[in-house]
Amino acid sequence: MHYLSPTTVDDAVAMLAAQTGDCRILAGGTDLLVRMKSGFAEPDAIVDIKRIEGMRDILHEDGGFRIGAGVSGAEMSENADLVAAWPGVVEAAGLIGSTQIQGRATMAGNLCNASPAADSVPAMVAANAVARIAGPNGQRDLPVAEVPTGPGKTSLAPGEFVTSIFLPARPDRSGDAYLRFIPRTEMDIAVVGCGVSVTLDENGTCTDARVALGAVAPTVILVPEAAEALIGTTLDDAVLEAVAKACSAAATPISDKRGTVEFRTHVAGVLARRATKIAKTRAGGK
Amino acid sequence: MTKVHVTTTINGDPTEFLCEPDETLLDVLRDRLGMTGSKEGCGTGDCGACSVTLNGRLVCSCLVLGAEAEGQEIGTIEGMAQGENLHVLQKKFIEHAALQCGICTPGLLVAAKSLLEKNPDPTEEETRYWLAGNLCRCTGYDKIIRAVMDAAKEMREAA
Ligand SMILES: Cc1cc2nc3c(=O)[nH]c(=O)nc-3n(C[C@H](O)[C@H](O)[C@H](O)COP(=O)(O)OP(=O)(O)OC[C@H]3O[C@@H](n4cnc5c(N)ncnc54)[C@H](O)[C@@H]3O)c2cc1C
Ligand code: FES
Ligand code: FES
Repeated sequence: MHYLSPTTVDDAVAMLAAQTGDCRILAGGTDLLVRMKSGFAEPDAIVDIKRIEGMRDILHEDGGFRIGAGVSGAEMSENADLVAAWPGVVEAAGLIGSTQIQGRATMAGNLCNASPAADSVPAMVAANAVARIAGPNGQRDLPVAEVPTGPGKTSLAPGEFVTSIFLPARPDRSGDAYLRFIPRTEMDIAVVGCGVSVTLDENGTCTDARVALGAVAPTVILVPEAAEALIGTTLDDAVLEAVAKACSAAATPISDKRGTVEFRTHVAGVLARRATKIAKTRAGGK
Repeated sequence: MTKVHVTTTINGDPTEFLCEPDETLLDVLRDRLGMTGSKEGCGTGDCGACSVTLNGRLVCSCLVLGAEAEGQEIGTIEGMAQGENLHVLQKKFIEHAALQCGICTPGLLVAAKSLLEKNPDPTEEETRYWLAGNLCRCTGYDKIIRAVMDAAKEMREAA
């Protein structure tokens, strides 16, 4: 095996293009090194992207934030501006693993690992986040929702990798939230996760909303029916009930040791209702 | 496999080593550098026995490649006591009987030290959350938490 640590995106793209065998991107390594240890991955080469210029930066851009693909959850939680603008996304990323895992785990890695239960992904999808991708054909931007295509699978072409995640500018009176259900209080895999982002007008009427669910389908899913139920309302209890119904209806989970189909379907609605309430409060809604 | 040549700093000392490209920092510390204070409980990020700091940030050394240490600053349990003088946390662990078999202890000490550097006055809840990635199969955690809270108090008073 080779360990490669390019310092520019162009070098990384060239190195990826030159590899013939199984070549993996290394970000925080909290999925990749576990897979290697347990024999599920035996790469011929590893390209560590953390030394590439800009990969460790959180930058203001067009009123939003560009988060480098090497930025850890801990670094996100320490960025006060980011926490103020996107508390739900930061909380979701902050739920990944222990303090030690937080020191390394990245959102881009969480996304590209493509687990249906990845915690930061529903929050990013609700935030309408966009992944910037570099590859042999140059650079492209792709909505985060379109990156995972199934468990462990992404739409990235060979030789491509994510260089940053962009969280768009926040209009006034916007708020987001992420909640997950786990049987313990920390350090567990989501049985269901739900991300919600809302924007209100001066009168507290919802003008924009996005609701996403994790761990209830082969990929994280956006639930447009839930957003439709929210937009144009003041998010009162009857509306929250409709959101819960829409989310339960959109869930197509499997039964496993973590939860049954019935349980996951029900909890998807419960979390959607609760997360919407938090997002509403954060947006200044009463 | 061609070995990687790494120049790094461990507990303030410039250090060089050769390692396999897929070798973890934990294996490098233990098997190449003879620093066996960091323990391997799981090798998969779950137990925290291998905790070290990487540029001041708490991480599991079982989930870091040795090659990644190039040019970085590593802190291990071996850097905690100053010669014969134990760190306050180490003294408090002994005083509160916060260890039995001791496998989890180096990782817990490194993790607790990193907590107190960031937050000298943590609540018990903050302490429990910070240390949630450090598993102990012997003590039941209460004594560990008491030792850390007591050490924090003593360190604040001394500061
Ligand atoms: C103890 C423990 C607890 C955990 N708890 C949680 C949890 O609560 N919730 C959760 O969601 N996850 C959890 N995880 C899984 C893991 O920590 C997360 O998925 C993390 O976000 C992965 O990020 P990373 O930077 O470490 O990825 P890596 O391990 O570096 O990479 C993950 C995968 O994505 C690829 N990749 C990484 N970055 C890029 C990129 N920029 N472009 C293209 N491909 C890329 C890699 O090749 C690899 O296949 C846990 C893991 C451990 C060990
Ligand atoms: S050995 Fe590293 S976390 Fe268990
Ligand atoms: S003292 Fe034995 S595992 Fe903690």
